[in-house]
Amino acid sequence: MSTSAIVIAGAGECGTRAAFALREHGYQGAVILIGEEPHFPYERPPLSKSPGAGPKTVADREKFQAAGIEFLSGVCVRTIDRAAREIGLGDGRTIPYHKLLLATGAAPKLFPGMEGARTFRALGDAQAVHGQLAPGRHLVVVGGGFIGLELAAAARIAGADVTVVEAADRLMPRIVPAEIAAIAEAEHRDKGVSLFLGTGVVSATERQVTLSDGRMVEGDLVVAGVGVAPNTALAEAAGLAVDNGIVVDGCFATSDPDIFAAGDCCSFPYRGRNVRLESWRAARDQADHAAAAILGAEELYAAVPWFWSDQYGLTLQVAGLPAPVARTTRRACGNGAFILFEQDADGVLVAASGIGTGNAVAKDIRLAEMLIGKGVPVEADALADPAVNLKKLLRGQE
Amino acid sequence: MSEWIEACSVDDVEEEDLIRFDHGGRTYAIYRSPDDEFYATDGLCTHEQVHLADGLVMDHIIECPKHNGRFDYRTGEAKGAPVCVNLRTYPTRVENGTVFISVE
Ligand SMILES: Cc1cc2nc3c(=O)[nH]c(=O)nc-3n(C[C@H](O)[C@H](O)[C@H](O)COP(=O)(O)OP(=O)(O)OC[C@H]3O[C@@H](n4cnc5c(N)ncnc54)[C@H](O)[C@@H]3O)c2cc1C
Ligand code: FES
Repeated sequence: MSTSAIVIAGAGECGTRAAFALREHGYQGAVILIGEEPHFPYERPPLSKSPGAGPKTVADREKFQAAGIEFLSGVCVRTIDRAAREIGLGDGRTIPYHKLLLATGAAPKLFPGMEGARTFRALGDAQAVHGQLAPGRHLVVVGGGFIGLELAAAARIAGADVTVVEAADRLMPRIVPAEIAAIAEAEHRDKGVSLFLGTGVVSATERQVTLSDGRMVEGDLVVAGVGVAPNTALAEAAGLAVDNGIVVDGCFATSDPDIFAAGDCCSFPYRGRNVRLESWRAARDQADHAAAAILGAEELYAAVPWFWSDQYGLTLQVAGLPAPVARTTRRACGNGAFILFEQDADGVLVAASGIGTGNAVAKDIRLAEMLIGKGVPVEADALADPAVNLKKLLRGQE
Repeated sequence: MSEWIEACSVDDVEEEDLIRFDHGGRTYAIYRSPDDEFYATDGLCTHEQVHLADGLVMDHIIECPKHNGRFDYRTGEAKGAPVCVNLRTYPTRVENGTVFISVE
């Protein structure tokens, strides 16, 4: 029986959730959670939705104490010595482990020439940006993805002027179908956001963006939301397999059976391919699953990806992953809300995306997620008919 | 002092579903279980103040539409992260096709 601890590197949503899940699964040995950020773990989704709201803490001192979890903050894990089963910290300390979980998340990308722009991922970013969101100020957002658009919405609500520049000819090109992006686009225009679509950015400084057509946009603050890259340096240096994320199996084990990885930093098997998600719920679900696997569970992870974004009063939700699809079916959910269901050639549901006011699409997206999870063919006509309860469809196939 | 108030008609709630009911500046959720019993809880999730009425009922579980927090609506018990605070429940009674709930 080893006396060393289960060590978790990265105290974001995933690492923190995993620490508590180990306890919930009955593990009584030492658990050490190490986070580079100076704060107690906090939730990221509210940062771009209400940057001024103050941190929403995931776990505080009391919770850590009650669960008997040792939390080291403000220090990074710098090295992994796999032979000695020991990690090295930024302050020179070493900590032995018998199992190690990497939950290092992801970091914002910037393209060459854009280095002057601010990125947006951490509490400090929200605190810095929040002060600039006021009437008379002008926020320039590079990238029409969900973080940039949530920030744009928060800025308009706070009374600031907002310009969004997106290289693709529509918003959220990687995340949702065009028909859904169009609803968000109309809302942003209606709320007074200036949109430059199909417009690349050549360079960006703290206050100025140069567009591909030579025009310049000046503002009080330039924020870039052009995607993230997984934090894999630690894993790579330790010789673990890395390919667009730390490569794991269906139990979140890396190429070293004593080292696991989960959350935004990992690339895991999903329906015959490896994928990497940037999703709050996936970070939590994977933490739970990885914690159980670390303790010996062998069940393979099969959760269906799920994601949401809030912009003004609109919420969009996506279940599954967009793939080449044979058929798209639209279902009206009342008050202009709708869901697009995507089925493969066999009629199996692979993805569903919805948009509407408040939580209008939530229930049917959740049912869609379960239908996707079943992986059996469904009738497109039933999906299209708002009178057909998707729960019945689900049960009919049980 | 508790008081029985008329919440809705039994036909307003589908089996294995819920509706929102507002009264006296508060919001409640009224459930009809698969075994045709009626239950009532606070209408807002204890994680963030989100209306549970947009959520999904499966058997005796209501799942919050925002982050899938789950509660047993018969007891109000929070069934795990991200929800950790139980939902308050209220007694119900059905009379002549009308659902009453007892509030304070
Ligand atoms: C502004 C914003 C809004 C979002 N909104 C949504 C949303 O609406 N819906 C949704 O589904 N998802 C959303 N997300 C995504 C979601 O927050 C992430 O998927 C989730 O945080 C991933 O959790 P994680 O723990 O894997 O990674 P992270 O949250 O990135 O946490 C990783 C942590 O590890 C630390 N770390 C990294 N390397 C080391 C090291 N070597 N040593 C010690 N510590 C280290 C990092 O500092 C970080 O604190 C949003 C993200 C952001 C940034
Ligand atoms: S608001 Fe209900 S789970 Fe978060």
